[in-house]
Amino acid sequence: MSDDAVDPRRRRFLTGTTVVIGGIGAAFTAVPFLSSFQPSAKAKAIGAPVEVDISKLEPGQRVVQKWRGKPVWVVRRTPEMLENLKSFDASALRDPKSEKSEQPEYAKNDWRSDKPEYLVLVGICTHLGCSPSFIPEAGAPEVGATWKGGFFCPCHGSKFDLAGRVYAGVPAPSNMVVPPYRFLTDTKLIVGEDKGAAA
Amino acid sequence: MRTLLATIFLAAFTQFAVASESGLKLMNAKVDLHDKASLQRGAKMFVNYCVSCHSAQYMRYNRVAADLGIPEDVMKANLMFTTDKIGEPMIVAMRPEDGESWFGVTPPDLSVVARSRGADWLYSYLNGFYVDATRASGVNNLYFPGAAMPHVLWELQGLKRAVFATETTHDGATHQVFERFETARPGALNEFEYQRATRDLVNFMVYVGEPAKLVRYALGIKVIGFLCIFFIAAYLLKREYWKDVH
Amino acid sequence: MSNKLTALRDWVDDRFPLMTLWNDHLAKYYAPKNFNFWYYFGALSLVVFVIQILTGIWLVMNYKPDATLAFGSVEYIMRDVDWGWLIRYMHSTGASMFFVVIYLHMMRALLYGSYKQPRELVWILGMCLYLALMAEAFMGYLLPWGQMSFWGAQVIISLFGAIPVIGGTLAEWIRGDYVVSDITLNRFFSLHVIALPFAIAGLVFLHIIALHEVGSNNPDGVDIKKKKDADGKPLDGIPFHPYYTVKDLVGLTVFLMIFSAVVFFGPEMGGYFLEANNFIPANPMSTPQHIAPVWYFTPYYSILRANTINFLWIDAKVWGVVFMGLGVLSFFFLPWLDRSPVKSIRYRGVLYKGALSIFVVCFLILGYLGLLPPTEGRTLVAQICTVTYFLFFLLMPIYTKLDKTKPVPERVTM
Repeated sequence: MSDDAVDPRRRRFLTGTTVVIGGIGAAFTAVPFLSSFQPSAKAKAIGAPVEVDISKLEPGQRVVQKWRGKPVWVVRRTPEMLENLKSFDASALRDPKSEKSEQPEYAKNDWRSDKPEYLVLVGICTHLGCSPSFIPEAGAPEVGATWKGGFFCPCHGSKFDLAGRVYAGVPAPSNMVVPPYRFLTDTKLIVGEDKGAAA
Repeated sequence: MRTLLATIFLAAFTQFAVASESGLKLMNAKVDLHDKASLQRGAKMFVNYCVSCHSAQYMRYNRVAADLGIPEDVMKANLMFTTDKIGEPMIVAMRPEDGESWFGVTPPDLSVVARSRGADWLYSYLNGFYVDATRASGVNNLYFPGAAMPHVLWELQGLKRAVFATETTHDGATHQVFERFETARPGALNEFEYQRATRDLVNFMVYVGEPAKLVRYALGIKVIGFLCIFFIAAYLLKREYWKDVH
Repeated sequence: MSNKLTALRDWVDDRFPLMTLWNDHLAKYYAPKNFNFWYYFGALSLVVFVIQILTGIWLVMNYKPDATLAFGSVEYIMRDVDWGWLIRYMHSTGASMFFVVIYLHMMRALLYGSYKQPRELVWILGMCLYLALMAEAFMGYLLPWGQMSFWGAQVIISLFGAIPVIGGTLAEWIRGDYVVSDITLNRFFSLHVIALPFAIAGLVFLHIIALHEVGSNNPDGVDIKKKKDADGKPLDGIPFHPYYTVKDLVGLTVFLMIFSAVVFFGPEMGGYFLEANNFIPANPMSTPQHIAPVWYFTPYYSILRANTINFLWIDAKVWGVVFMGLGVLSFFFLPWLDRSPVKSIRYRGVLYKGALSIFVVCFLILGYLGLLPPTEGRTLVAQICTVTYFLFFLLMPIYTKLDKTKPVPERVTM
């Protein structure tokens, strides 16, 4: 085949260079394909922040709104409910300081919200995804005499207090999720967006 | 071998002829998608004059805002009349049934009209309205005879009269040939200003037809540049190995 | 590290004919050393096939095969899906480039007699691939559900309706409905995305195996297996890997430059790759003024339209369909029509060279005419070219036998 000496080092160098440049090209080519998996403009539009009008929300009541396909609750807590929260036995809760749950910085406190009067939660049980019932009355018959008000999930019996904190000894592993939100006015808040930017 | 190929190529292109559809020469829209100011003016014209009847259902407001450099609050305040959600597309307020009963045909969606009709045709069309008493809308269009659309921009352009000459072809048939326009009634803009305004509108519609056009040229240069570098490496590699072959 | 890789390779090789395959088809597959420009297109067609599969998979993630949603879903891909526009343009450009590559690939066979014995089966499998590709492209073009998609499909399916006796039923069976509709769209989607790609992949596999069984031809038409060295290796052969892998890489790069130029600077290609009328959603109530098939079908469309005479109690329309079909099928018979003792055009006489040149010119003219609306003059030219087209095949047994050939060398010429 060939009479001249083959220089294997030159061949290895040129092969290596071609492979490296080709690899870079292949990586750049992969970017559009991988990136197209991201939520499209349509998904982002459908998942855009929603406004919640709370002008007619009475103390002790809850309003539900859909955001990103999920139910979002806004609960207007009475001064009584807030008192009950403070006097709650921390040992009955799995994560009273909300260290292992998902919430924005301004909701990492004892009442898990920006303004204590209004609780904003994603209304989905952190166990397997059912939507718990709102049982604000203390000592309601279906949950027992020691009940101080909160949320009860009928699927597997998980219980949460009026700040969405999960009881110890129930199937749900963490406190209910607080979504990003902020108040536009005193009677309107927007869910899905906080002082930073849209989620 | 080379002569063979040359013969084939020459023979194949002897029938080269370019003919336009109706014989009317189209005006040159001189599209320039780099002219952001023009695109912004065009967007303003589009939402003020067109969106009352025509949708652009595949074009989202927030995309227009981002691509044209319009801040979202400015967009919401000035350019959104049919929805308040900036992520929504440009839908029309008019119902299709109403469009059909008022105009005889539902005004078509304009998202990709720049790609089906072409920019030059759109530009000519917008400049081609003239007074025609036989039409329900009172106007006709030189580039779209029998168009159902009224002259929405008549306040800007004013109204024109079309002058036709009668021509007889060699087989004895006569037909009308367009000669020139005459001003029947002046509008708020003079001819130059109106042409610039409609050119801005067409510019915007070309953008709406394909927003990706803003980025694909620059990216193409980078891709081909990279391939040139790769070509050098691959060619050197090929030449090195093919030293073996005689 | 390389020891580990070698050990892994050996582990696999003990359980799977990895090294045998590697040697038989790459490292020890001896191909003639005189391959020229015309020999890039086989490998390139494989690359384009892979591009179409990958971009196709990604498009199907967002495309909706429903008559009310299809057009919108394509615009959704173009605008709302990150990089969707690029994936779409790669697919539409890839479709046309597939045909450019395949026509050049077929031209190589005509130039160098690659269809002749013992490669008749390679050629037949290749022709089956050509038919499958045309079907695949036709079905794919319906999917965007634009005016050209709809009316092009309507016209072509009606051609099947022209077949006597069974035509009407056949057309209805293809459509699944009385007109091209959502039902047709859905089944064409299935055929385009699943059935035909599998068929094409299978045929490609068979095509390459058949080729490797007999070995590649070359521009001189010389059988390299006739002259072997002491080790049994062809004197004029070189291992496909690394020599042709490395050469094809250069060819691939040039192809990608052209491909990218189209994708980024002119994906519509003046309305030939993406037709303007297809940006209007399909409207069964309104036919566009000028329906033309996509450019790669136009030669056969010309032959179809050239048939204007009712002959022997059979409608011109039916003759059109018959001759259009024969136009494609004629290629199948080349290995047996060509009676020349010589394979390559380099050693053929003036009769074959003239006939082939005229055939290619006719094919190009027919293609060009197919893009335009018919006029009396154009129809006449199309008729002349159609007759010439068929004479190329019909007279071939005569002129290839009569042709004065030149002596074929014993060894290849570089």
